Amino acid sequence: MQRFLNNPDDIVDETVAGFVRAHGDLVRLDQGNRRVVVARNAGQPGRVGIVTGGGAGHEPAFMGYAGRNMVDAVAVGELFSSPTAKSFLDAIRAADGGAGVAVLYGNYAGDNMNVRMAAKMAEAEGIEVATVVANDDVCSAGPDERERRRGVAGEIFMWKIGAARAARGGTLAEVIASAQKAIDNCRSVGVGLAPCTLPAVGHPNFQIEPGTMELGIGHHGEPGMRVAPLGRAADIATEMTGLVLDDLPSPEGGRVAVLVSGLGATAMNELYVLYDSIATAIEARGLRIGRTLVGNYFTSLDMVGATLTVMALDDELSELLETDCACPALLHQRRA
Amino acid sequence: MIDTAYLIAFFRLAAERLEDARVHLCTLDGQVGDGDHGTSMANGFLAVTLRLRMVNAADLPPDAVLREAAQAFLAEVGASVGPLYASGFLSAARALAEGPLPRRDLHRLLEALAEGIAQRGRAMPGDKTMLDAWIPAAQAAARAAQTGKDEPAIAEAASIAASRGMEATATMIAARGRAARLADRTLGHVDPGAASAALLVRVLADLAQDDAR
Repeated sequence: MQRFLNNPDDIVDETVAGFVRAHGDLVRLDQGNRRVVVARNAGQPGRVGIVTGGGAGHEPAFMGYAGRNMVDAVAVGELFSSPTAKSFLDAIRAADGGAGVAVLYGNYAGDNMNVRMAAKMAEAEGIEVATVVANDDVCSAGPDERERRRGVAGEIFMWKIGAARAARGGTLAEVIASAQKAIDNCRSVGVGLAPCTLPAVGHPNFQIEPGTMELGIGHHGEPGMRVAPLGRAADIATEMTGLVLDDLPSPEGGRVAVLVSGLGATAMNELYVLYDSIATAIEARGLRIGRTLVGNYFTSLDMVGATLTVMALDDELSELLETDCACPALLHQRRA
Repeated sequence: MIDTAYLIAFFRLAAERLEDARVHLCTLDGQVGDGDHGTSMANGFLAVTLRLRMVNAADLPPDAVLREAAQAFLAEVGASVGPLYASGFLSAARALAEGPLPRRDLHRLLEALAEGIAQRGRAMPGDKTMLDAWIPAAQAAARAAQTGKDEPAIAEAASIAASRGMEATATMIAARGRAARLADRTLGHVDPGAASAALLVRVLADLAQDDAR
């Protein structure tokens, strides 16, 4: 495959550089750490700070969600690799406005360790830190071991809800409770049609045979639930929706928010083709769809495929989800 | 003695060897992971040597040298390797809190390192991780010391055990870290973390031989 590359080893630094130049109205680079992206209005006195972070290669995640009424500071790792503990620490410092910092991140071994070490160091500096660990990926472990499940695109809803609570003056405990509720109400599933390649490696480290799809694939190509023949879009959409809804707590009032994200190399029109059948399948269960996002919101380099995330809504989550925000990946304004 | 000069020599030689092994370790990792283990280790140990120079480590007590090494890893290495080795170095620093150890007590350094790594990663022997090299190395060093072997023989026994432990990871199915998500696809592949650990124990053995000459 042909690519836009200079030196593959510089790709993360160059991505961050281009990102910060493009979106300088909303974000800046941290003064002391070139792997920390900070929202222009981060660190407001008295407001709980929101931090996340993760490996590069998921753009616009994670740094695209830094902005107003969204994430305050983002730690950026190497491709598909956790940021350093120091980067998480610098992000926590940048986000701190004296009211504590909520680190909202995904359940991966490296991120867990680096966040824990960073939180300990921040607390030694007098910054109160609390965490929520996203685990919305249904196929990454069974319902009886949800603590082992990975975090995927549901993190976007977790950030949105947690940040909206902070914007409304919530305490650290309230922000954590809202963000936890958001992720507890999210379920996601991914389908991969072709693998992704780390530019410096040059070849995919997993395969998806032509004519097949990997149902339940993870955000780095982790094996899914099963490999199946590539079916029609409508059938794939129905199966994805079933996997997600069967695992989801019943929404109060029957309302859900829906996010369909491409994995990097799937055309937008195909995402809408999928969404049309997904919406039909959701409504067939008697559920009403509220806020819907369709696009490349959380990708996996050049993987061909898509993820579906559904969040069960209640009044609190609906209200927080509709709070205005502005970040490079998401401009969100209250509907008239 | 396992003292400041010994630790500085270890980090310097380890950084050189890891630089030479960078591509090999990345290739191993590319089979079961994301192909960056050689980069993480080589960059991490390079960062340690630069930091030790910057803080004039020769003037520090040995436990402070290890704490500086941990800080370098926390600042420069992410992924899982960063916090695992940082925790290992911090644990080893506690073993040297009373001052230098006799060379015959190499197992105490290795045990502390393995314990710090195990606590941070919550891994067990047999999980196909770097611990499958570090733990046998510590055990072999303890046995060799008990049976009255000399210092180079103790370090050599540790290195042989680490290499065997590394080779044994090829027969294991990953239970921890990113490779765990590939589960039985990892069978037949040596764990890259165990390979770099065996390289580091080899450095200790070579240092012991050089000093014995």
